Amino acid sequence: MTITSVTSLLAHADDNMVLAQRLGELISNAPELEIDIALGNTALDHLGVARALYTHAGNTEGAGRSEDDLAMFRTEREYTNLLLVEQPNGDFAHTMVRQLFFDVYQMELWRDLSTSSDTTLAGIAARALKEATYHMRFSSGWVTRLGDGTEESHRRAQDGVNVLWRYTSEMFEGEAEQYHPAWSITIESALIEAGLEPGADPYQRTGGRSGFHTEHLGFLLAEMQWMQRSYPGLKW
Amino acid sequence: MVTATTISIVTARKVAASVVDPEIPVLTIDDLGILRSVVVDEGRVIVTITPTYSGCPAMGQMEDDIVTAFERIGVEGVEVATVHFPAWSTDWISEDGQRKLRQFGIAPAVSEQDLTCPQCDASTPTMIARFGSTACKALMVCSSCGEPFDFFKPF
Repeated sequence: MTITSVTSLLAHADDNMVLAQRLGELISNAPELEIDIALGNTALDHLGVARALYTHAGNTEGAGRSEDDLAMFRTEREYTNLLLVEQPNGDFAHTMVRQLFFDVYQMELWRDLSTSSDTTLAGIAARALKEATYHMRFSSGWVTRLGDGTEESHRRAQDGVNVLWRYTSEMFEGEAEQYHPAWSITIESALIEAGLEPGADPYQRTGGRSGFHTEHLGFLLAEMQWMQRSYPGLKW
Repeated sequence: MVTATTISIVTARKVAASVVDPEIPVLTIDDLGILRSVVVDEGRVIVTITPTYSGCPAMGQMEDDIVTAFERIGVEGVEVATVHFPAWSTDWISEDGQRKLRQFGIAPAVSEQDLTCPQCDASTPTMIARFGSTACKALMVCSSCGEPFDFFKPF
């Protein structure tokens, strides 16, 4: 993939922005201190990727929109993130399964985009690839421990897979279809190692990339955007 | 008193290179390898840097600190530009920077097999937490002297 469209830059930025916000909800609420720090760090990485991509999208578009304009003043219908990342954190097993699904997808995406002829995007992607790989060690490690842990942790991890599976096909719409085989292989082996079954539900939800979201995104954006919308241009 | 019009490139480079990482104040942005270029051109001073980790909150602080470092010697309106390509790597940390990190008690970025304790040089540390106090560090403990220490993640 070599063509950079503002649309695709925004879609990837939105994925990272929304997931950063979701993971941010867990800061001071994680099961233990080390996990709290890990999730906070992961959220920061996603936020950093989102910021770089919003800035690049704004420059590419050339209409003078800043990263803040793009993150804080676009509506739910204008956000084109995947449905997966806007799903509520649920329990820790759900959070880790969602992260694993997304990390593996992002590894394929960034590996591809790190060779883009758009060098700014290639640089952002090269950095994000290392981060996604690091995040994936954490999420896959936890999915293994939970799936292969107690009866209760196994049940919850399997429940996370079952509930979130319906949002996985959406990651591979359009040009992203090329990432699907590698994703499936990695996820399958991670689930086998964890003693978990892949999702069986053939019903797949899509719409995020066209701005049709689940009911959860509106609430997330309301919380994230209210300050800028109440006090436009407010600075830290 | 210098200004943006009279500052020499040598001075400008020196001022920019003196800015330190707010989280690891023993390292300058030059040691870290994020200082890419300093240009003095007809009254404009442009300092170009490359971000480290996407999620490093110190980057914004360093940008402000660059501007302030120039203001301190009377040069106003310095521009800080960000370039993402090629992506920063811990390989860009200078040897001097690696030495300073170790003296500061942080194990510099090497592969995990080559990692040694910055306190006692023992080579059998174990990882306590993959995600440490900042985006760039993991938390280790030395199995010889028992001291916990930060490890600059190879990136």
